Amino acid sequence: MATISITEDSRFGLRRQVRLPGPLPLVSGARLGPLDIAYETYGAMNADRSNVILICHALTGDQYVASEHPITGKPGWWWRMVGEGKPVDPARHFIVCANVIGSCLGSSGPASPDPATGEPYAMRFPVLTIADMVRAQAMLLDHLGVDRLAAVIGGSMGGMQALTWPTLFPERVESCVVIASTARHSAQNIAFHEVGRQAIMADPHWRGGDYYADGRVPSAGLAVARMAAHITYLSEAGLTEKFGRRLQGREAKTFGFDADFQVESYLRHQGLSFVDRFDANSYLYITRAMDYYDIAEDHGGSLASAFAGTRARFCLVSFDTDWLYPTAESRIIVHALNAAGAQASFVELSSPFGHDAFLLECPELNRVVDGFLKGGRA
Amino acid sequence: MSEALRPDLALIARTVKAGARVLDVGCGDGALMAALRDAKQVDARGLEIDGGNVAAAVGRGLSVVQGDADSDLRYYPDASFDYAILSQTLQTTRRPDLVVEELLRIGRQAFVSFPNFAHWRGRLSLMLGGRMPVTRLLPDTWYDTLNIHHVTIDDFRALVKERGWHIDGQWFLKGDRETTHANANLFAEHAVFLLRR
Repeated sequence: MATISITEDSRFGLRRQVRLPGPLPLVSGARLGPLDIAYETYGAMNADRSNVILICHALTGDQYVASEHPITGKPGWWWRMVGEGKPVDPARHFIVCANVIGSCLGSSGPASPDPATGEPYAMRFPVLTIADMVRAQAMLLDHLGVDRLAAVIGGSMGGMQALTWPTLFPERVESCVVIASTARHSAQNIAFHEVGRQAIMADPHWRGGDYYADGRVPSAGLAVARMAAHITYLSEAGLTEKFGRRLQGREAKTFGFDADFQVESYLRHQGLSFVDRFDANSYLYITRAMDYYDIAEDHGGSLASAFAGTRARFCLVSFDTDWLYPTAESRIIVHALNAAGAQASFVELSSPFGHDAFLLECPELNRVVDGFLKGGRA
Repeated sequence: MSEALRPDLALIARTVKAGARVLDVGCGDGALMAALRDAKQVDARGLEIDGGNVAAAVGRGLSVVQGDADSDLRYYPDASFDYAILSQTLQTTRRPDLVVEELLRIGRQAFVSFPNFAHWRGRLSLMLGGRMPVTRLLPDTWYDTLNIHHVTIDDFRALVKERGWHIDGQWFLKGDRETTHANANLFAEHAVFLLRR
């Protein structure tokens, strides 16, 4: 198969970053530009550029979908889905994954310097929406010379972006895979996010977001935010199985407030390791973008009308133990797609891992995604 | 067609017009849909309650949604398909009459296939043995069967008449073979009806 040579084109490869002039008009009315986007690409575009797959990452995710994370040294966050012999395979696909704007892994966000002042934006960064993230991705694809996506794929907040894509750019999306996600943030989703944000803003080191100069960052608040959120990513059964009421490195309860229980120790570890790789202000901005997310609201209250006339194929997957974006949320999307006459597939898979199941070992998920992606060429 | 279809499905597959839009309600692992897609370029969509079956169908590239015929058909627009198909699922629904109404709303025509509970073997088993029949077509015991509305060919015809639906075609099966219309209610193991409103 003829391919476009990518070896000498600096736009393609691992650990890329581009400064786009913009400005990107945001839903809020503000404009963002110039804007940086950090991204990775894997594989090669075929001659007719019909094998491009965009992977969208979740709240605290990044562009390192299938390569080692530069800070943690861990393998790519979705190596089970993206890689050699996987459903999304660089041998067959040209794969793009970009850090969302508002984040802190190289794309423009609150930690980036404000071109007007040279100082970090902090809370002067404009408030974003999921649609803004998607429009920034579209600008990146323009830069890469990609007109159409064979597929856009994402889980959780990545699923929100994937689902938003055909509503904004119906002519650019052939298929759409939305995993463990939703068409709108529920009151409960917003409530959990507000707990996290308040934990960050209550940290005395937060200082209205201007903490970049002296390196004293609101770690405690961000760690608590992460701990609270992390609980929502797991299931009660999963926690019970993993930790139960077992004690951490001790024979008896201490009658104190040290981490007596394994589950406490685990959550503290999750919180502490998170602050090394994530910016607290980015956490505020991205959770806010998710809270503002409601595709139906953007289409006169009708989710079906958001997909009217779409020719994209859709694949939705939920997990039975996911209580953050439960199956009912996926069903709402499926019913809207049915009403719009769209080609839709949906399955609820069984997993003990709760919301995080989409990132973990799940052969059924790979089988479904693989079959769906290949189904387009049947 | 790559795999041997169940006889009632093969019959439906033969009858569906090429290039049609089809909704297969209770599509199982998508065997009929795949056959229609591959042999007749049919635009097939499926609804299936069992997650394992849905995963298998999506895994073969079919558009199948996990859902329940009793509650999820109302989300499909009127006359959005040429055919709605309900094969061997009627007797498992909570309200078979309402499900057929929905099929006839969604599809211009509807195929409905079901096992005939008045087949002589079942009658004999009940009359002589005094036990609920367990046969080749109805292999489950009374306590673990999914069949909650046992229906006979004559029952179904009566329902069709009562609701004023039209029968565009009817086929009866004994084993793998078609059998005559005469005394179908006694001798057919399986019935396939093609209806319209």
